[in-house]
Amino acid sequence: MISEHAIEARGLRKSYGEHKVLSDVDLKVERGTLLALLGPNGAGKTTLVRILATLDTPDGGTAAVVGRDVVTQTAAVRELIGLTSQDAAIDEMLTGRENLVMMGRLFHLPKDAAVARATELLEVFDLADAADKPLSTYSGGMRRRLDIAVSLLGSPPVLFLDEPTTGLDPRSRQALWETIKKLLASGTTILLTTQYLDEADELADRIAVLDGGRIVAEGTADELKRQVGTERLVLRLADAAAVAQALRMTGGTRLDGDRVSVAVDDPGQVRRLLNQAADAGLPVLSVQLHQPTLDDVFLTLTGDSAGEAK
Amino acid sequence: MTTTTLATPTAGPGAPVGLPKTQSSALGHALADSRVLLGRNLKHLLRNPEQFFQAVSLPMILTLLFRYLLGGAFTGGGQAYIDYVLPGLMAISMGFNSTTTVVGVTNDMRSGLVERFRSMPATTPAVLIAHVSAAVLRNMLSLVVMIGVGLAVGFRPHAGVGGWLAAIGFLLLFNITLSWIAALLGVAATTVEGATGLSMILVFVPYLTSAMVPTSTMPAGLRAVVDNQPFTPLIDAVRKLLADAPLGNSVWVALLWWLGILAVTVPYTLRVFERRARKRR
Ligand SMILES: Nc1ncnc2c1ncn2[C@@H]1O[C@H](COP(=O)(O)OP(=O)(O)OP(=O)(O)O)[C@@H](O)[C@H]1O
Ligand SMILES: [Mg+2]
Repeated sequence: MISEHAIEARGLRKSYGEHKVLSDVDLKVERGTLLALLGPNGAGKTTLVRILATLDTPDGGTAAVVGRDVVTQTAAVRELIGLTSQDAAIDEMLTGRENLVMMGRLFHLPKDAAVARATELLEVFDLADAADKPLSTYSGGMRRRLDIAVSLLGSPPVLFLDEPTTGLDPRSRQALWETIKKLLASGTTILLTTQYLDEADELADRIAVLDGGRIVAEGTADELKRQVGTERLVLRLADAAAVAQALRMTGGTRLDGDRVSVAVDDPGQVRRLLNQAADAGLPVLSVQLHQPTLDDVFLTLTGDSAGEAK
Repeated sequence: MTTTTLATPTAGPGAPVGLPKTQSSALGHALADSRVLLGRNLKHLLRNPEQFFQAVSLPMILTLLFRYLLGGAFTGGGQAYIDYVLPGLMAISMGFNSTTTVVGVTNDMRSGLVERFRSMPATTPAVLIAHVSAAVLRNMLSLVVMIGVGLAVGFRPHAGVGGWLAAIGFLLLFNITLSWIAALLGVAATTVEGATGLSMILVFVPYLTSAMVPTSTMPAGLRAVVDNQPFTPLIDAVRKLLADAPLGNSVWVALLWWLGILAVTVPYTLRVFERRARKRR
């Protein structure tokens, strides 16, 4: 089957014991594009990535990478993918360069090609100066970068990045974004999970939101934002009781401590909401109107659990 | 916006287009992967002072300790005590060395390294083969140290070339089998602390043998246990071969035991490894 999709999953199910993690996941990633997978903690993002990267088998459903089935054609899939897991997987007793050369050889590059590729990636990831120092001297961000570099050794056409920028400082994050954009420009297909909505906004061609074991929304950032209303009215309230009352009254979502965000479709609705608040004697401290952000999308679509985790 | 790129995706940033991959059979790849990973294990040995201490200094200290501190009090059933005890000490040192393997394997299972290998075209069991090969080399280093130090302090084997070769063969069989058992314990352990605990089996069992005193000196109950476990015939066989003493049946008993254990342990370890590697950490 020739598919335009580099990654395709249909009806994926996975439980750990009694705990249903994925109940029916459909997903498609077009070649050469980046799909950002969003979801609250424990939504099953890592579980999904592990299945697609042949590390785990689904209880039901099928998935393919570049047309190769991830269950029955694992060897072929492994030739095509690069994976950076949520937790770094590098050897602490080796230097950065030694790690890259070793892993390169395990990707079956000839020795000199592995050495050359290591040098190249050390440059790209700004690790050239630390290349020959042991990992024990690396900062968390440097480890993360090295870990990502390892997944690129085999120049994979399909790349899985599970929360690649968690723990990076803003500058390293920017640099990694640039690298990801270059990878996209060279035709790599990327599935990236993230907790950072601005990251999805910046990098993703399409975004999928995973919650309750399903993809609850999928589309471009703009499409998703439109889904949650054309404008958002944000009320800042005096206390928790007022927040609770406002949530009941407006059916909005809680942004953080004392702010409630409500979708509004026309100016009349803004006036009605504010009148309603005044009538109910709601202690509103400030009022703001803005375009929906991915935060709104995330919080609206994934319910209260994500709001609590924030 | 979405753009459809149907062009064949190629390399990463600045990568040469279409990196040349080594063409080889599955077995060829497995061997190459094991060699690459053995290089890693040997780097660990050289960079980790504790590992080095265990492989080199400990055998030296054991030999000297038993020769001078205890050698006056214990006897070896007619032999000079150093001649009696050295083959036993060899088994004991190899048991000690196994801790490195047990903990190293567990570490790789837990740290995500094995998981990463599984997402790559690499032959995943090569991790185990490398650990076992490194263990075998470490043990051989210990044996050379013990024989060298032993000869310097009065160890006088009477074996001819044939006896030596046979003794070395037995030590190698024991070495390889013990290293696989260590790998199995490392695969079976669920935490690094647990691995340390499990490895104590291989540290202590060699003491429950004829390693230090002949079993004829032991109470009957204990003797029954010690005589009928695999370590004792192995140690006896090596001791007799080196001393050029009458062999009796210990050689055959030892050979059957250790070939049998090896034949069971290797496939079982690989099976448990496959299962455990699949499990999410
Ligand atoms: N080995 C396991 N046994 C039992 N439950 C597990 C196991 N691994 C994961 N889970 C559960 O599966 C669920 C999904 O986990 P997963 O790691 O896929 O979520 P996630 O979306 O990646 O979360 P995060 O954002 O925190 O990384 C969680 O509730 C987790 O507790
Ligand atoms: Mg996760």
